[in-house]
Amino acid sequence: MTKGEKRNLRHGLLFCLPWFIGFAVFTAYPVAASLFYSFCDYSVLQTPVWCGAENYRRMATDAVFWLSLKNTLIYAGLSLPAGMVVALGLALLLNTGVRGVTIFRTIFYLPAIVPLVASCMVWLWIFNGQYGLLNWALRPVLAVFGVTPPGWLGDPAWAKPALALMSLWGVGNAMVIYLAGLQNVPQELYEAAEIDGAGAARRFWHVTVPMISPVIYFNLIMGIIGTLQVFTTVFVLTGGADGQPARSTLFYALYLFSTAFYDLRMGYACAMAWVLFLLIVALTVAATKLTEKRIHYAG
Amino acid sequence: MPVKTTLGRGVAYALLLALSVVFVFPLVWMVSTSLKPIEQTMAMPPTWVPRGADGSLQPRWENYRAALATMGGKDGRVTFWTFLGNTLLVCGLGVVGAVLSNAVIAYGLAKIRWRGREALFAVTLATMMVPFPVLMVPLYEVFKSLGWIGTLKPLWVPSFFGGAFNIFLMRQFFRTIPEELSEAARIDGCSEWQIFWRIILPLSKPVLAVVALFHFLWAWNDFLGPLLFLTRTETFTLALALQNYQSQAGGVQWNHLMAASTVMVVPVIVLFFLTQKTFIKGIATTGLKG
Repeated sequence: MTKGEKRNLRHGLLFCLPWFIGFAVFTAYPVAASLFYSFCDYSVLQTPVWCGAENYRRMATDAVFWLSLKNTLIYAGLSLPAGMVVALGLALLLNTGVRGVTIFRTIFYLPAIVPLVASCMVWLWIFNGQYGLLNWALRPVLAVFGVTPPGWLGDPAWAKPALALMSLWGVGNAMVIYLAGLQNVPQELYEAAEIDGAGAARRFWHVTVPMISPVIYFNLIMGIIGTLQVFTTVFVLTGGADGQPARSTLFYALYLFSTAFYDLRMGYACAMAWVLFLLIVALTVAATKLTEKRIHYAG
Repeated sequence: MPVKTTLGRGVAYALLLALSVVFVFPLVWMVSTSLKPIEQTMAMPPTWVPRGADGSLQPRWENYRAALATMGGKDGRVTFWTFLGNTLLVCGLGVVGAVLSNAVIAYGLAKIRWRGREALFAVTLATMMVPFPVLMVPLYEVFKSLGWIGTLKPLWVPSFFGGAFNIFLMRQFFRTIPEELSEAARIDGCSEWQIFWRIILPLSKPVLAVVALFHFLWAWNDFLGPLLFLTRTETFTLALALQNYQSQAGGVQWNHLMAASTVMVVPVIVLFFLTQKTFIKGIATTGLKG
């Protein structure tokens, strides 16, 4: 190593020193410890005892674990596609070249930065079966068909759709990312397609979608990661980690949280966290494999 | 895809307006409910604006005074101001920590050529994949052994030691600054720290602003962290205090709850309007170049 290289190495290490500490204490150690605990019988009160793959085996026969996984996947199946469609729809509307786009963009984006706990408070009120605005609006419409509106968060069948509905209110981030993608599509492509006689629908499927496919992919992956870990909205809207009503909103992260911090079964909770990690990785890989041939990276 | 026909524009406008009403509505409803007397909050059909006994528009600002005083419990020992103080402390120190530490680290990864830096960067990116639940239990234990459980420290101290996403964001930005500037400074005898502090940082204001803003919002909104690490009401941040207020025994009046919620939302909205450009650009770049 030359003198200059040595100097650079010293400086590089010095500048990165905070990260060496932060990485070791707040990431590397927790990852290693969590993996170790997942093979242990461990409550913070006693030292961990190695129990092999017992936690993972127990998970296979834990009905509550499967229920929480099922609930989470159903919720993700509702909120993820709906969120992507709404976010892209709003972005397309904002990209039509009408006046006042900045005002509309601000309005659609705003809910995404409203503190989640605070937005939960309004939605609790909107979803209220008796006095809520949603049912006030739905009641006369549904009455035509002789149906009464559901109690939303109070009804096991409707609690998950309600949560998914609320999540649509916060699609602002994804929308802004879509919009930036749409604005990068060269106008010539649309003009060329139009000259070739392509209608609006064909221009959308054959120009817009391929051109923004990297952005769609990005939002899909972020969506998968986010929805599988959803915690705050459920915890606040359903009043704790029990997944009320009737465990219909007992999501994976809620069950993991209560296992770790209420039941103090830390080893089992760590095992659950690793299964979640693997699930996220598997779904990300699957989504990548399914879309990679269709993603078009221009330039 | 610009719409050219008049009909198309009309439809686009109609949709945008209708959707705007839907999106703004919950916020308007929050503010409106916060100013109503209790009997009007549960009126069916709803009253759209707060009204007095004679039917005239009459906002009840005293709801705010009541909500701020009772947010930490009916005895009024802990009030809103304690929660605001805690939140501002976590946000303020967190922002300082996040901006400083990530800038220093990103400089080491972007502007100094040393053996192992690419490997470190790869590892840094990989840590972004790890979901928080994996870290949760051991982190709790780390903070417990440091004696930090029940204090605000777990919520701001870690920000002084870097975070993968912000390191990534800043490194990408630093790399766009021409190397010649650093070289010229080096020839003039500047130390590495002087180059960082006097040349690179002043040129990087946009990315510093994005990191500061995102961290502030994240800390202001964070619920899980405070839920995990705080134990006593007087240490609660606003997010946790608001949830605690809503779930307190005996319930809480809707108008007071909405007043407390509004107070938590307003600063965020003001901040957003003051920094809108930085904001939207920041989000768009994280999606496009990330």
